[in-house]
Amino acid sequence: MRLTAEETARAADFLTQAIAKLAQRPVRLMEVCGTHTVSIFRNGIRQLLPPTVELVSGPGCPVCVTPNQYLDTAIAYSGREDTILATFGDMLKVPGSQSTLMAEKTQGADIRIVYSPLESLTMARDNPEKAVIFLAVGFETTAPTAAATILQAAQQGLDNFFVLSAHKLVPPALRTILAAPDIRVDGFLLPGHTAAISGFAPYQFVVSEYQVPAVITGFEALDILQAIYMLLAQIAAGKAELANQYRRVVKPAGNEAAWNILQQVYQPAAAIWRGFGEIADSGLALRPEYSAFDAKLRLPLAAVVTREPAGCRCGEVLCGRIRPKDCPHFGHSCTPEHPVGACMVSVEGACAAWYKYGQGRWNYA
Amino acid sequence: MCLAVPAKIIERSEFLGTVDISGVTREVSLMLLPDAVVGDYVLIHAGFAIQTIDEEEALRTLELFKELEQYETDS
Amino acid sequence: MLPGINTAKDGGIMHNQEELILLGHGSGGRLSHDLIKNIMVSAFANPLLAELHDGARFSIDGTKLAFTTDSYVVKPRFFPGGDIGKLAVCGTVNDLAMCGAKPLYLSAGFILEEGLPIAELKKIVESMRATAQVAGVTIVTGDTKVVERGAVDGIYINTAGIGAILPQADITASRVKPGQEVIVSGYLGDHAIAVMSERHGLTLPSEIISDCAPLNGLIQELLTEVPAISMLRDPTRGGLATTLNEIAADAGVGIVLEERSLPVRPEVSAVCELLGFEPLYLANEGKVVVFVEKEYSEKVLKIMHQYQVSAAARIIGTVSDKAAGQVALRTMVGGLRLLDMLSGEQLPRIC
Repeated sequence: MRLTAEETARAADFLTQAIAKLAQRPVRLMEVCGTHTVSIFRNGIRQLLPPTVELVSGPGCPVCVTPNQYLDTAIAYSGREDTILATFGDMLKVPGSQSTLMAEKTQGADIRIVYSPLESLTMARDNPEKAVIFLAVGFETTAPTAAATILQAAQQGLDNFFVLSAHKLVPPALRTILAAPDIRVDGFLLPGHTAAISGFAPYQFVVSEYQVPAVITGFEALDILQAIYMLLAQIAAGKAELANQYRRVVKPAGNEAAWNILQQVYQPAAAIWRGFGEIADSGLALRPEYSAFDAKLRLPLAAVVTREPAGCRCGEVLCGRIRPKDCPHFGHSCTPEHPVGACMVSVEGACAAWYKYGQGRWNYA
Repeated sequence: MCLAVPAKIIERSEFLGTVDISGVTREVSLMLLPDAVVGDYVLIHAGFAIQTIDEEEALRTLELFKELEQYETDS
Repeated sequence: MLPGINTAKDGGIMHNQEELILLGHGSGGRLSHDLIKNIMVSAFANPLLAELHDGARFSIDGTKLAFTTDSYVVKPRFFPGGDIGKLAVCGTVNDLAMCGAKPLYLSAGFILEEGLPIAELKKIVESMRATAQVAGVTIVTGDTKVVERGAVDGIYINTAGIGAILPQADITASRVKPGQEVIVSGYLGDHAIAVMSERHGLTLPSEIISDCAPLNGLIQELLTEVPAISMLRDPTRGGLATTLNEIAADAGVGIVLEERSLPVRPEVSAVCELLGFEPLYLANEGKVVVFVEKEYSEKVLKIMHQYQVSAAARIIGTVSDKAAGQVALRTMVGGLRLLDMLSGEQLPRIC
């Protein structure tokens, strides 16, 4: 069920030529999702596009948009006696105000990497005398997995499992970008996996209220090229429709079972996004029925002092206002080994991707 | 934010399933996809199956990529 | 910068009040390189060390020798396709071979944890004996220390080796020139995946085993038959990408790889996709990458295909005169991207 190398190359060739024909004037397309940012770089897609097509990164990197306060709180929890912190690997090197989870782990804090939130339930069962706190970060793709985990914890009657939630929803951030008068986006590559969960409905407003074309996009190189083609075709025809390039995965109604589990455990709440400030109804908070699992309620912590890194322009990168290399820190004082902000250390951060894949410091002529 | 991998369900027992990805097998939760059956292709994310992959649509996409010259004339 | 962060004397930024060794320092990527360069190489400073090849090469009374050492701390100690003992012999044998030497004598130092079952030690030592026999080397000296429970994880082994440089061998970065081809001896990432899968709750098909093997037989024939070979290296820690970056930097050339030519087993790709790893950065323990003038590539491949360890050998790229010091990857869709050196350790990711 795969294409051969020749077929892939031919298809790519065809799409890039078609794109070049359509891109007569400059267009600015936003790839919302961090996984798209990485895929675009890993496949060298920018090299294939004509100079008239600019791809700009958006706020779809859950680690990047998580503010310092969350990291500082997590780090503070890791310093507690009898506490195990369970986290996705993505969070480990992200800088808080003073430190990182990786640094704390090196100095002895019990911080464990999990691939699935369910692993933290096993930790809770195996360590009844300790509190296990799961760092729940991620968008609509990941939040249902945390919700399902909480339901299981409730079923199993666990009293030492907690969640520090920073889940966010993508559409409210898109709305903020669309409403900002100084940010111009001519088309959106929408995140295929969040749409796989939520369905089309939450993204309709992009075309109906703002008349900007949007395509729900898959993650392979050819998916992305086809989606860019579809956007340019719409722009050339003066259309603004919500189209689905990722038909093999995204159904119009999404995954209703997952969405229901999400709604059962979580409710929308205001959330702070790095670079955006507070956005109403853009985060997910535990419903009162599940407050027993809320770390901040059940495990009180002394107030955490938070400072944002001076001169860090991650926020502007996340809105697509500047490119990573426009930030004065990029490549000099801010590198993956010594990051100033989250965008440089998160695997999906625009700055990290630009740096790692050579943009802004390498150009293969 | 969405690293997810296609896999085939080869075993199922209540809400737990075993999936196969190119010969590698792993246990995943089917809590988010309760109607999935053995033989389904699904997307795996963070230890859960999060959506089924529509084989017909997948084939159609593949065919499309193979026959793109035709696609141009159609549109 | 971040408040509370000091600026070090050289203008770099210290992120801890006291700099500590991180796991990333051992992963073979940029962090490792910088640590070794800034601390060990700068302290021990001498021209032999400065070469930073797999081993040191020198003459004693006119006899050209190579000398190398390596330590082994792999977990789990026994993995599909090998164990820490086999690894300890192969690693040093291969490093000597990469210097263009015929490996002759090895030393073996053991650090044992109190409580390690002697039966396990026996198994490991027997594995070393068998591997040394296959490789045609003799273990002639060693040392054994025991430390308290918890001070080491079971067993750590150090091996050092001496070999005689083959007369035809001239492995040196300055011989790597634009136009040469890059050949890899087989599938990438098998060892790392065989070792780590247990840890991540994945069950692999039995075909995925560590590629751990002595390569000196193959390399001796290659160097004898094709003296035009300019460079050999084994892509261990940090993977193929790191090894090629080192060579590109040492030789002052660019390297372009073709993604469609890279040999990676589908099972290895699957694990990488699941966990968010990249095959080009995974360790191999029985592979060699060879640089040679284009006209000799077929001959190199013919020799390689006769050995089991290199049955899947293929040409994967070329040396370029552009973008010196950097490695590029031409992707399946025809794009070109930088293939950078590994930064710290690869962490599993879901995003």
